[in-house]
Amino acid sequence: MSKILVIGEISDGKLNSGTAKVVAAAAQIKGDITVALFGADVSAAAADAAKLDGVTKVLKIESAANANPLAAVYAPQIVELAAGYSHVLFPGTAFGKDTAPRVAARLGVQQVSDIMVAHSPTSFDRPTYAGNAIVTVEAPAAPAIVATVRLASFTAVGSSANAAIESASSSAALPSHTRFVKLEAQKSERPDLQAAARVVSGGRALGSSDAFKIIYSLADKMGAAVGASRAAVDSGYVPNDMQVGQTGKIIAPELYVAAGISGAIQHLAGIKDARTIVAINKDAEAPIFEVADFGLVADLFTAVPELEGKL
Amino acid sequence: MKALVSVKRVVDYNVRVQVKSDGSGVITEGVKHSMNPFDEIAMEEAVRLKEKGKLTEIVAITIGGAKNEETLRSALAFGADRAIHIKEEGDVQPLTAARAFAAALKKEGAQVFFAGKQAIDDDANQTGQMVAALLDIAQATFASKVELDGGKAVVTREVDAGLETLEVDLPAVITTDLRLNEPRYLKLPDIMKAKKKPIETVTFADLGVEKGAALTISKTSAPPKRSKGIMVKTVDELVSALKSKGLV
Ligand SMILES: Cc1cc2nc3c(=O)[nH]c(=O)nc-3n(C[C@H](O)[C@H](O)[C@H](O)COP(=O)(O)OP(=O)(O)OC[C@H]3O[C@@H](n4cnc5c(N)ncnc54)[C@H](O)[C@@H]3O)c2cc1C
Repeated sequence: MSKILVIGEISDGKLNSGTAKVVAAAAQIKGDITVALFGADVSAAAADAAKLDGVTKVLKIESAANANPLAAVYAPQIVELAAGYSHVLFPGTAFGKDTAPRVAARLGVQQVSDIMVAHSPTSFDRPTYAGNAIVTVEAPAAPAIVATVRLASFTAVGSSANAAIESASSSAALPSHTRFVKLEAQKSERPDLQAAARVVSGGRALGSSDAFKIIYSLADKMGAAVGASRAAVDSGYVPNDMQVGQTGKIIAPELYVAAGISGAIQHLAGIKDARTIVAINKDAEAPIFEVADFGLVADLFTAVPELEGKL
Repeated sequence: MKALVSVKRVVDYNVRVQVKSDGSGVITEGVKHSMNPFDEIAMEEAVRLKEKGKLTEIVAITIGGAKNEETLRSALAFGADRAIHIKEEGDVQPLTAARAFAAALKKEGAQVFFAGKQAIDDDANQTGQMVAALLDIAQATFASKVELDGGKAVVTREVDAGLETLEVDLPAVITTDLRLNEPRYLKLPDIMKAKKKPIETVTFADLGVEKGAALTISKTSAPPKRSKGIMVKTVDELVSALKSKGLV
């Protein structure tokens, strides 16, 4: 039977919502599931991880060196911990993408990035070419399979379990070549883009950060998170963490509203799993309409406020 | 101080790739190729650092068949001083590429290894991190700002929560994100000059690298198509459509 080590992610002291989706991927592989949490004090996150359905054990690896998620510091500890596990799974987030390859290389294995489906313990689907070609890969089982999980492909497991929480320590030699300086986190009262059921995104058409207010305002009315195209981020209308797409966040909301976004392949790669897509664009030929469930050819500066008013 | 910059030849980002009907891959024949956009950003950053006097030499490196020479010529036109072509036809997976790059980095004694954060063909996002792991040196991935200062680099990274800053000792691997810079437009005189710059050809064996185990790709398929939706004429129609689906 597979023994699966899930590397949990902690954001702001709490268990990142992606971890429950990685556990869902582990459950699809089938096997004994352990969640490992690294940090200075991970007790709150560990309590949440212990509740995730299917998890049999939560390991806390706590130390001052683990206070910030440095791939170079976590990787040797994960490699040490990985002995005896058949799979090491990471969330397909910035944290997971940074850390997993460092672990895979140390274990001498090719990594499987962005698992969408596990057909068996060794066979997986993953996206390439911005999601336009899905490859089925077979990974050698030994010494272990290291993978990241495409979070948008999985539904979070429930929280009714009660797994054991244990502390583990590591004797791995840790490097001193990498030092954390600071994190400038965007604080927002709005729902988290990656977990939100509804997302409203704006594109280059907004033209300024000031004009983006109509997007925020509609999102607030809908209880939605706010996203953006690369063009809107590059132009400085909104911060980088709001970029949706191949190289930004890949999301799977129930409802995605794209206003003033053309629908470049790189943007569409981020919204392929949205249940319903609404596009508002003044160009009837915009490619976004090819994937939209509901399309409205209109000037967003009138349509967006009108939509807000009528909800 | 020397930098090594990896550049990959990929299907151009504007191409809508088509999956072959027999599931054996995507159609790459007769399709426009160019340098991976993230690698252009890596090249640009190295060149800017050299212009600022922070680097003295830039070496571009690629892995692939004969056509990769085009990619190296572009890198040389950006401003690389010379290039290394690791000749290899066929599929090279990230750990294998990383082994070759790590060997070259050591051989060259370069202090910085720049790579794009991902290649837009396999979208793996692994190679830079693997180079760092193999050499047990620092990594700063998804960079949106890079400052080189003596034996250190201070790098701002695009992470899910916002922007993170790391300080790393050199040698280090830096992988580039979209907002690090805007790559220059290559000018004809630079393209002409690039033709005279040296390209050294090596093999995996020359670098002492074994390709190792690989993932087997058993099938390539097109993603499920989204069914075509409906066009509404007014905001009112949109609101009632959303209401009828219970979405608002
Ligand atoms: C390597 C690489 C990675 C990339 N990664 C991403 C990514 O992760 N995410 C991403 O989004 N992009 C990404 N891109 C960029 C992508 O190719 C597009 O350039 C980008 O998505 C365009 O953003 P946009 O739709 O806002 O702008 P545009 O393409 O300029 O579209 C603006 C749209 O607004 C419409 N419009 C204008 N005015 C109005 C109005 N008043 N009312 C209504 N509609 C209006 C226009 O008709 C147009 O369709 C990437 C590109 C590369 C090369």
